[in-house]
Amino acid sequence: MNAGKLSDVRFAHWKKKSQETRIFGAWKKFSARDVRRCCDATACQTNLSVIRKVGLDIREGRTTAQDVTRAYLAKIRQTDEKVGSFITTQADNAIAQAISIDEKICRGEDPGILTGVAFAIKDNICSSDSFTTAGSRLLEVHQSPHDSLVVSAIKAEGGIILGKTNLDEFGMGSTTENSAFGVTSNPWDMRRIPGGSSGGSASAVALKQCAAALGSDTGGSIRQPASFCGVVGLKPTYGLLSRHGLVAYASSFDTIGPVTTSVEDSAIVLTALCSRHNQLDSTLHHTNSSRFHDHLKNLEHFASKPLSGYRFAIIKETIGLGVQHDVVQRVLEAATKIERLGAAVDFVSCPTFHLGLPAYYILALSEASSNLSRYDCIRLGGKTSRDEGFGAEVKRRILMGSFALSAGHSDAYYERAQEVQRMVEAELACKLQEYDAFILPAAPSPAYLKSEKMNDPLAMYSGDMMTVNVNLSGLPAIVVRGGHVENDGTLLPVGLQIVGRPFRERALLEIAHAYELCTWDEIKF
Amino acid sequence: MIRAGGPSPSPRGRRAGPIRLPRRAPSSTPTRAKTEEKASADASSRTGADAEVQFEAVIGIETHVQLNCRTKAFCRCAAVYGDEPNTHCCPTCMGYPGTYPVLSEAVVRKAVQLGLGLNARVRRRSKFDRKQYFYPDLPKGYQISQFDEPIAEGGYIDVVIPVEDGGGVRRIGITRAHVEEDAGKLTHYPAKGDTPGYALADYNRAGVALVEIVSEPDMRTGREVAAYGAELRRLVRYLDVGDGNLSEGSMRCDVNVSVRPVGREAFGTKVEVKNMNSFNAMSRAIDFEIDRQTALIRAGKGDEIVQETRTWDEGRQCTVSMRKKEGLADYRYFPEPDLPPLVFDEAFVEKCASAMPELPGAIRARYADLGLPPADVQVLVEDKELVEYFDAALAAGAPAKQCANWLTGDVMAWLKNAKDVAVSSMPLSATQLAEFCTLIEDGVISGKIGKDILPDLLEGKEGNKSVGDIVEERGLKQISDPKEIEAIVDRVLEANPGQLEQYRGGKDKLKGFFVGAVLRESGGRANPALSNEILMRKLNEGR
Repeated sequence: MNAGKLSDVRFAHWKKKSQETRIFGAWKKFSARDVRRCCDATACQTNLSVIRKVGLDIREGRTTAQDVTRAYLAKIRQTDEKVGSFITTQADNAIAQAISIDEKICRGEDPGILTGVAFAIKDNICSSDSFTTAGSRLLEVHQSPHDSLVVSAIKAEGGIILGKTNLDEFGMGSTTENSAFGVTSNPWDMRRIPGGSSGGSASAVALKQCAAALGSDTGGSIRQPASFCGVVGLKPTYGLLSRHGLVAYASSFDTIGPVTTSVEDSAIVLTALCSRHNQLDSTLHHTNSSRFHDHLKNLEHFASKPLSGYRFAIIKETIGLGVQHDVVQRVLEAATKIERLGAAVDFVSCPTFHLGLPAYYILALSEASSNLSRYDCIRLGGKTSRDEGFGAEVKRRILMGSFALSAGHSDAYYERAQEVQRMVEAELACKLQEYDAFILPAAPSPAYLKSEKMNDPLAMYSGDMMTVNVNLSGLPAIVVRGGHVENDGTLLPVGLQIVGRPFRERALLEIAHAYELCTWDEIKF
Repeated sequence: MIRAGGPSPSPRGRRAGPIRLPRRAPSSTPTRAKTEEKASADASSRTGADAEVQFEAVIGIETHVQLNCRTKAFCRCAAVYGDEPNTHCCPTCMGYPGTYPVLSEAVVRKAVQLGLGLNARVRRRSKFDRKQYFYPDLPKGYQISQFDEPIAEGGYIDVVIPVEDGGGVRRIGITRAHVEEDAGKLTHYPAKGDTPGYALADYNRAGVALVEIVSEPDMRTGREVAAYGAELRRLVRYLDVGDGNLSEGSMRCDVNVSVRPVGREAFGTKVEVKNMNSFNAMSRAIDFEIDRQTALIRAGKGDEIVQETRTWDEGRQCTVSMRKKEGLADYRYFPEPDLPPLVFDEAFVEKCASAMPELPGAIRARYADLGLPPADVQVLVEDKELVEYFDAALAAGAPAKQCANWLTGDVMAWLKNAKDVAVSSMPLSATQLAEFCTLIEDGVISGKIGKDILPDLLEGKEGNKSVGDIVEERGLKQISDPKEIEAIVDRVLEANPGQLEQYRGGKDKLKGFFVGAVLRESGGRANPALSNEILMRKLNEGR
């Protein structure tokens, strides 16, 4: 199979390390301030939605889907060599999709709620017109025979797919450094990682290389990079969206979700993703599909205390030991803002909180060791052996997972972890009867330097402590901008994580939307 | 138990090598075996080489039954046998990234029915697990199976032991039955000269639904094993959950055989025997394996019995080692996260149960109550269609014994000759058979006449006409009027004066000649008993 035929750009140059410094020099000119300006240009204060604006402009003839798509593709060409968000881009396909949308507009048809929205898709989500590598050398030339459900939903609602974004191999990592196709940089500081594993999607959205992106979240892989890159990341309730077409990492926790510039965009994308149902994922929870964005008001329609009546809880354990002081400060400030919006905020204690991380890693790695056993290097093309195909982190996780499941150890590891999972889930569920949502950091620190934790996997794993309990419990959570911290003269975003009740994405999005709009003036970046 | 060198060993038993030994009577139960063995308790504690020690085989069977659902268990691919390789595969059953299993409802329904048919407890909550091992026929690197919460557990089936083995019924315990998916099929091509060996994989079978039925180690002989297998297949076919075809592999038995001195609690080293294409082969394979193991123990080479899988070589009539089991395989079972647990409400189980037909055990009991001989019952129950046909005849008023006799005799013989004719498409309708049997039972026609006209009925030469009408038309009614018979007898005597004289002169042998002549004269219609009586009276009149 000839790679060049299918993709217009494949960024093999990432392998050249020497470019790193040069890229960084060039990047200096395009700093956080430019990102900020970029954001301001596309969003007005009362309506931060890029998707709504693009859709409206196309429908009302101010621009065309083709022009929008070309602009994004140009942006990718201009910036991606430096930041490395994408593994594969598909310009020709994207333009073709855009043309067909413009034709629909001309015919007076409605292309859907994602009209002209340019998407970047995390490369562990299958799409039939491109490669799906999952960041692995092993799937280097793997082309999925089918679109994942979420990709076909985006296409059906008028979205345009620009390409596939970089990730830690099979989603295994928190830095996007464990990809076979290079390291992605954080747009806010090129020396830093964008977070992971959906680092490519988060950096693409932060850099406006796309209007919105899809990521996947197994232990925080949407939320942590959203926090590090200063964008909005939503992890829906486990079972809300079909996993069909998502390359499995840990089946019990894998979820697909949107990475966007605003909460409203997140709601629109979620609505689109929920619009189609199929039977191809048995863990799907059948709910009535709803239009999440219909309930979101513009700023001018807000009551003076839009969150009045809501009760929030700050988990004490999330602002204690092991969490950077600045990060804790941002969460406490956010709590004050939320109180100002009329909500009550309490401190609660969850004694099981710290048990979640080890339990998560045992369960996720056990499932991963099993899910990855299908890559036998006989089918699916690519490498001739697993040894050659898998990266170091993946091998480490397969070994640990196999060990945790092996005879004589599974009761000490796997079964105890299951028990802990039940405890964590029960405790959070119990607290959520009293509270509408938790607020907590998305990660214990802002984006850290590349290679900082590459040789210390445990340090990297512990960075997931703010997110994994949510996956263990299947709850929905969203990360919005919580502020920023200054580090060596560079501004770094810090996200605020809001965790809601299961299948109450509507309420969660309303809360996040109100918070986002009402704090925009202060946080704005 | 097997008597190894008892007081009167068979001549072959003295020879070295595989020996054939008298089987224990199937009627003896394990309890009896125990009491018998107390006497030789000290013998059994000594080494197996002791000629006085009696051995018994302990046999348990794992049977894989392919369900005859239209699709595979977890995807929409057709589940068919014998098609072009790799034509019924999809991303899901090939284990492509991003695909997930979706359980077919038909699989669940059939598995529940099979569980109920095995008299087992159907769990209201069961779950799927992954059994993990690398093998090229397993696309995902794991098999979706059920580990600790099988769909059904704790059942039994009653197995009818063939008359030649002493007859009777043995109850074989069923440990569990669980749902799993089949693997693909590998065909190995050994190296030839310079060409290296290779294997071809066909994934048409990968993902087809199986139910694995695990028996208790309740069997002791090859014939019991065969009888168990046959009964299981009958059950599968009655329930229409599978076709139970051994040679196509839609029913596969892995038989675990071990031998131990009678009375010992602990099992001997078990050997797995597989690849038997018929129940007959199964019976022979297991007996061979029992003999092989017993001989090894008797020769003091018990340690040569190792945990292994042996395959039955039909050509050489022996079991051959296929692979040794090195230690216990670690399948790293864990709950299948892609499938939610199976939870049944009472209504679902009841719905499954109510859709089940009458099963062989119940039919046997019903037929036994009708007074049918066990041999006829076995023949009838063998075939679901035959049972339906017989029941239809009974419903049409057929006398049970008469009907069973004709059906299992002449009708079956005709069916066997006339290949390609199923019971259900036989021209002779059940109503006709019922009428036919009633006519014989009531003495309207004789059995002889019955045998004569049956072929015409079977071939449908008379269409749907009532048998009574046919008999009437052809004038085949039995003559039971004494006067009419007397006239016939008179005519016969008159026509054969010479023979009559000889008979009356004391040549008794000629009686048969006259009986035949009377029958001929009446066109076979004379009531045999009556004509015999009248003939004898007339013959002896002048003596």
